[in-house]
Amino acid sequence: MSSIQDRVIEIIAEQAVLEPADVTLDSTLEDLGIDSLGLVESIFAIEEAFDISVPFNANEPKKSGFDISSVRAIVAGIERLIAEQT
Amino acid sequence: MTRVVITGAGTINPLGADVPATLEAMREGRCGIGELEFRDVERLSIRIGGQVRGYDPETVFNRQQLALYDRFTQFTLVAARQAITQAGLEFKGELAARAGVILGNSGGGMTTLDDNYRSVYEEGKNRVHPFVVPKLMNNAAASHLSMEFNLKGPTFTVSTACASSNHAMAQAFQMVHGGITPVMVTGGSESMLCFGGVKAWEGLRVMSRDACRPFSANRNGMVQGEGAAVYVFEELEHARKRGAEILAEVIGFAMTSDAADIVMPSKQGAARAMAGALRDARVDREEVGYINAHGTGTAANDKTECAAVADVFGAHSDRLMISSTKSMHAHLIGATGAVELLACIMALRDGVIAPTIGYEEPDPECALDVVPNEAREAHVEVALSNAFAFGGLNAVLALRRFA
Repeated sequence: MSSIQDRVIEIIAEQAVLEPADVTLDSTLEDLGIDSLGLVESIFAIEEAFDISVPFNANEPKKSGFDISSVRAIVAGIERLIAEQT
Repeated sequence: MTRVVITGAGTINPLGADVPATLEAMREGRCGIGELEFRDVERLSIRIGGQVRGYDPETVFNRQQLALYDRFTQFTLVAARQAITQAGLEFKGELAARAGVILGNSGGGMTTLDDNYRSVYEEGKNRVHPFVVPKLMNNAAASHLSMEFNLKGPTFTVSTACASSNHAMAQAFQMVHGGITPVMVTGGSESMLCFGGVKAWEGLRVMSRDACRPFSANRNGMVQGEGAAVYVFEELEHARKRGAEILAEVIGFAMTSDAADIVMPSKQGAARAMAGALRDARVDREEVGYINAHGTGTAANDKTECAAVADVFGAHSDRLMISSTKSMHAHLIGATGAVELLACIMALRDGVIAPTIGYEEPDPECALDVVPNEAREAHVEVALSNAFAFGGLNAVLALRRFA
């Protein structure tokens, strides 16, 4: 596992009040019980952790160009943003 | 119970510096939203808003007043002077002792706070102006208004985020309706368009970067605005005796709490507020011709609001008109219900329905007559004004045409 992936899972687990081991790459935010506010808070934590800017508008999550359909998709999106922005 | 009428109205907002200018802009479907202009705006990712332009405080207030008046207080006084002049009331003796002020406001003196935080944190200064507290407190506007016009009755400020003004006006209505006072001055004011104010909103990720397009399938969030609107609510008999011009009658209201989520709207909470206002006003739902929507332009609000309207009005929801003037003046947060009441008065008195501008694509989840892009002429007997705040606090007012 990459360290980016570990860190993202850690942030999502903290938001979901779960152990990181309970968050799998296939988990969806809904599975983990993360609602819209939890999502916005997770994105903020991710931006702070990696010093990146995530293009996410809660009004049009599908058009944001940032896939949040699963933990795997989120990790991949963050890896791409880090590559682009650093 | 005493009937309550509106005998004065005043405003300053992104569409105009008084009521006639604002109504003309609404009739023409003009947009008051533009590029934000203030210090550090380049550090924001959201750079549009409904700013009040062409307003020079120094031509309206003297130096001593400006030292004490935050922008939200200035807007309040500008609007109140117009409203009280139109009403033609002078407050003295018994009337002064009973008449008061109830205003809605959410952020208080946000620009005062922003300027002074900047000076102590960023610039490292250790001394602030002595009037910071009296300038930024949420009740400053209501207090200065009561002082300027000698209003000595019940006076306070209501702070319920985006429903502040509607809660305030509902309280003022209730006081006149219940015979506590023959006259109340009421409405709301807001001025959060400064770096810290917009930065805080940016964090929620619900703001649009390009436009406020309520009910349109391609809507992508809210746009913030600033300004004020103030009204004179008066006992019908009191107004009649002195031959005052009556703009509209306030006939009822309801308030509800979703008791569910701090930011997500609830269909049930909104529906209970609209149904409650109809009950309080003793009108049949078929009598309602126009609803001024909360219509923020967020994905969540607009579909929830339309579903709530469909629940309350049934088949009649296809016959009534509902528009969001936030598409033109933006979301004035604690002042928004006050400015939006102008659209209800225009519908009832002038028979002109303000449009929802920026409407580009129908959304099956908002399948009501949203008066897209162009104002319309129509005869309306009863209008509702919706406000559904963060925190799940809802307030709906009902008005009737006065003939």
